Amino acid sequence: MSGTEVPERSAILEVDQLKVNFYTRRGVVQAVRGVSFDVYSGEVLGLVGESGSGKSVTSQAIMGLTELPGKVISGDIRWKGSSLVRGSGSRELMRRVRGREISMVFQDPMTSLNPVFTIGNQMVEATRRHLGLTKKAARERAAEMLGLVGISNPRRRLDQHPGEFSGGMRQRVLIAMALSCEPDLLIADEPTTALDVTIQAQILELLAELKSELDLSVLLITHDLGVVAGMCDRVAVMYGGRLAEIGSADELYATPTHPYSRGLLLSTPRLDDVRPRLVSIEGAPPDLVNPPAGCPFTPRCARASDRCSDEDAELREFAQGRSVACWHPVMPDDEREGM
Amino acid sequence: MSEAILSSPTVDSRRRKALGFLRELWHDKAGFLGATFLLVLVMTALLAPLIAPHDPSDQELVKRLLPPFWEERGSWEHPLGTDGLGRDLLSRLIFGSRISLLVGVAVVVIAGFVGVLLGLVAGYRGGKIDRIIMRTVDTQIAFPGLLIAILLASLIGPSVRTVIVVLAVNGWMIYARLTRGVVLSVKETAYVEAAEVIGCRPQRVMFKHILPNLTAPLSTLAVLEFARIVLAEAALSYLGVGVKRTDISWGLDVASGQDFVFNSWWLVVMPGVVISLTVLSVNLVASWLRVVVDPSEREKRHALRQIRSLR
Amino acid sequence: MSVSTSNNHGHVPDQADSPLVEVDNLTIHFPVGKKPLFGGTQRVVHAVDGVTFSISRGETLGLVGESGSGKTTTGRAILRRIEPTAGSICFRGRDITETRGEALRHLRRHMQLVFQDPYASLNPRMSVLELIAEPLKVHGIVNSVDDARDQVCQLLDRCGLPADAVDRYPHAFSGGQRQRVGIARALALQPDFIVADEPVSALDVSVRAQVVNLLQDLQADFGLTYLFIAHDLSVVRHISHRIAIMYAGSLVEIAPAGEIYDHPKHPYTESLLSSVPIPDPPMQRERRRIVLEGEIPDTMEPAIGCRFASRCPLVEDRCRNEIPPLVDDGSGHAVACWVRS
Repeated sequence: MSGTEVPERSAILEVDQLKVNFYTRRGVVQAVRGVSFDVYSGEVLGLVGESGSGKSVTSQAIMGLTELPGKVISGDIRWKGSSLVRGSGSRELMRRVRGREISMVFQDPMTSLNPVFTIGNQMVEATRRHLGLTKKAARERAAEMLGLVGISNPRRRLDQHPGEFSGGMRQRVLIAMALSCEPDLLIADEPTTALDVTIQAQILELLAELKSELDLSVLLITHDLGVVAGMCDRVAVMYGGRLAEIGSADELYATPTHPYSRGLLLSTPRLDDVRPRLVSIEGAPPDLVNPPAGCPFTPRCARASDRCSDEDAELREFAQGRSVACWHPVMPDDEREGM
Repeated sequence: MSEAILSSPTVDSRRRKALGFLRELWHDKAGFLGATFLLVLVMTALLAPLIAPHDPSDQELVKRLLPPFWEERGSWEHPLGTDGLGRDLLSRLIFGSRISLLVGVAVVVIAGFVGVLLGLVAGYRGGKIDRIIMRTVDTQIAFPGLLIAILLASLIGPSVRTVIVVLAVNGWMIYARLTRGVVLSVKETAYVEAAEVIGCRPQRVMFKHILPNLTAPLSTLAVLEFARIVLAEAALSYLGVGVKRTDISWGLDVASGQDFVFNSWWLVVMPGVVISLTVLSVNLVASWLRVVVDPSEREKRHALRQIRSLR
Repeated sequence: MSVSTSNNHGHVPDQADSPLVEVDNLTIHFPVGKKPLFGGTQRVVHAVDGVTFSISRGETLGLVGESGSGKTTTGRAILRRIEPTAGSICFRGRDITETRGEALRHLRRHMQLVFQDPYASLNPRMSVLELIAEPLKVHGIVNSVDDARDQVCQLLDRCGLPADAVDRYPHAFSGGQRQRVGIARALALQPDFIVADEPVSALDVSVRAQVVNLLQDLQADFGLTYLFIAHDLSVVRHISHRIAIMYAGSLVEIAPAGEIYDHPKHPYTESLLSSVPIPDPPMQRERRRIVLEGEIPDTMEPAIGCRFASRCPLVEDRCRNEIPPLVDDGSGHAVACWVRS
């Protein structure tokens, strides 16, 4: 799928003004402060941000995994039109949907798998519960999935323990587990961050193949702009608990409008970079215990004005499929005219 | 470089920390009660001569085996009654607290000091020293403590000193094991490696970088051990291998009250109740302490309170 | 053998004396499991196998590899934190392979370490002043922590931290700031040589450049020599004069920085370069990627032949049976490959 088209299909996941707080002794950390975006069927959406951006908290909230001291305090998350957090049926829906229609793959394959049970045991548990398969059928399916993710001798491997797999293989197993119930959406939270770069390339290639074979939607959460460039159709950039910019990958990388997106792209070290010195963004992300009233990026922004520190900008659509939350965005036309 | 530093200054951070602890104690009602009782106990022990209505060793055979004040023959002169030799039970309990607290603190300090030191060395140095020390720990644990107590009591005679020696000799191993465990895990952290790379000598690394991590687990252990020691002293004294027969100990009271247990129940029940309350209070405080020194536990409790108050 | 190369910053290392650090045939094997009671050999992990290189004064050698490559172990061995099984390490012309005890403590004044994890490498109970003054106190340069205050403030300033940071504790700082504290601490003793072990891997992307630039500036000002260990080829490009690639315990290629990117010779280097994603969607789609099959080999077996043979697209029979030596082509570009040298 080319990265320049806006998907015409419907939104299967809608995140609507989500707010998540963490009640710590230091104070109330407003980790997510009104985030809204949609994931369309058949697309890969990249959620990009650095530490403190709120991206992981967002993905955990979508899966209903927000734990103390965190709590979803307002906003909505809708799956195929029905709410997962509000209303009487939402808890039941979340339980039904989680693991079956929405699956998740986490960062660290070492801690996501129980070292005591065999891989087969853990994979079978999921399909039996969600799809009601018999033990034999579930085992068949598990072997099939292991083969799909490129693990040789799948039947033999089913009887092995996680400790007998390397990091990359474990991540493949997690992906196999996540896909065994044929989900519509896969949420991958930093799936390759803990892996070596050559293994990362293998896993990303695998995800791309699986995505087209199974017509899967993917919400890819990461801080690595290189990974996003290779995988994603659309990209959403988060900063300070809010969305800074969202748009198609090709367009956003070519003409980033939000000063943070621009700074992030400029400061990402590139293999083909021959500049004499690396560029960075001065300063550090804001402390979300006392979030600023205005735009969180203001203290680090070269284009900031008084309005920026007083008033936070809302996400505004300025072109087909492209939105930015900024009072002084760098418009694509400005750039072309060399401004 | 216009980067803000996240938190507030260090000047009154210690005071805030102390206030924070007290606030946590207030929220933990059980812990608070336990701490209050222990405070009362300590005051009692310190002010015993001023509080006790009579001399605890004063025998008045005329007034022997009087019941507590709420019974028919009892009076306020001897609120909890008298024992077989006419000695006032309340005064004996008040003075008895001194030995319990003294033995408890002394053993915890001595056993703790020895155990922590050995555990530090074993954990940090590793190798042969570690094996020798741990083998000693294992051997000592296998030895029946009661046997040592009886042996020593018969050799040097029962006394407060004997009890302290016996319980200390029997009690250092648990500190050593705990310390060694913590040291082994802390040893691997980056800041300990950093200290070594800078050129710190092993002693500095052990005491300045590793030891502070032990405060939390050790304080919980020490408090629990204190309870165990109080009970152990009472048991040893009851068996006659603890303090001298002329000393004043709760355990001794229980022992001498045994003979009269059917008619003069208060002679066994009262000291028993006091021992139980002491041990219970210590355990409640230990529970609170365990939570308060674990930052993640405190965060969770705090978050729960906040969320409840929002509703 | 080092050639005068300037890194992107335009800084040229000093060629006058002999190299500052010389590593010759460094071999490190770690015993694994228990020693067998009756006969049989002890199983070992061949973490580092016959690695040879040198670093000139004022130079930055980037040491790049994935997990199991042995790069971290090599760095620790040079600092004498790990005992080599074979080979030698020379520092300032003197063999330090056997140095121990007090002599080693003295040696520490000349070589220091910057850690990967800014959160774990600073003792949370010590203030910034205490942290940075500790090396000075431990080596008797100052008598008390307070005496060091001026020096510490100077170091903080040089590392881009505000003066009021001295009395704060690590938890008050962000990752990037903590790393600066770590760098200031490493500088306190005015060492000649610093091993930077993945110093920016744990930092946010937008902050990495700050720390790399700081290290570059400090090198220019103080004439420091760096061994910059990393797994990310994108990050080392700017700061390194030369780059060495390690795979499964062996050094497979070493060359001036630009050469590695523009004319890589070893097949592993090529695949490593092609695996690193570039933040540019059209370019990323067009790129020809050499995606390696399989995993890093088990280094518990001693090497028979090139360790990369099981995954190499160019593998020949000779590769499986003989370990290729590191051969220089005359221009400072050396590669260990039967097919490509």
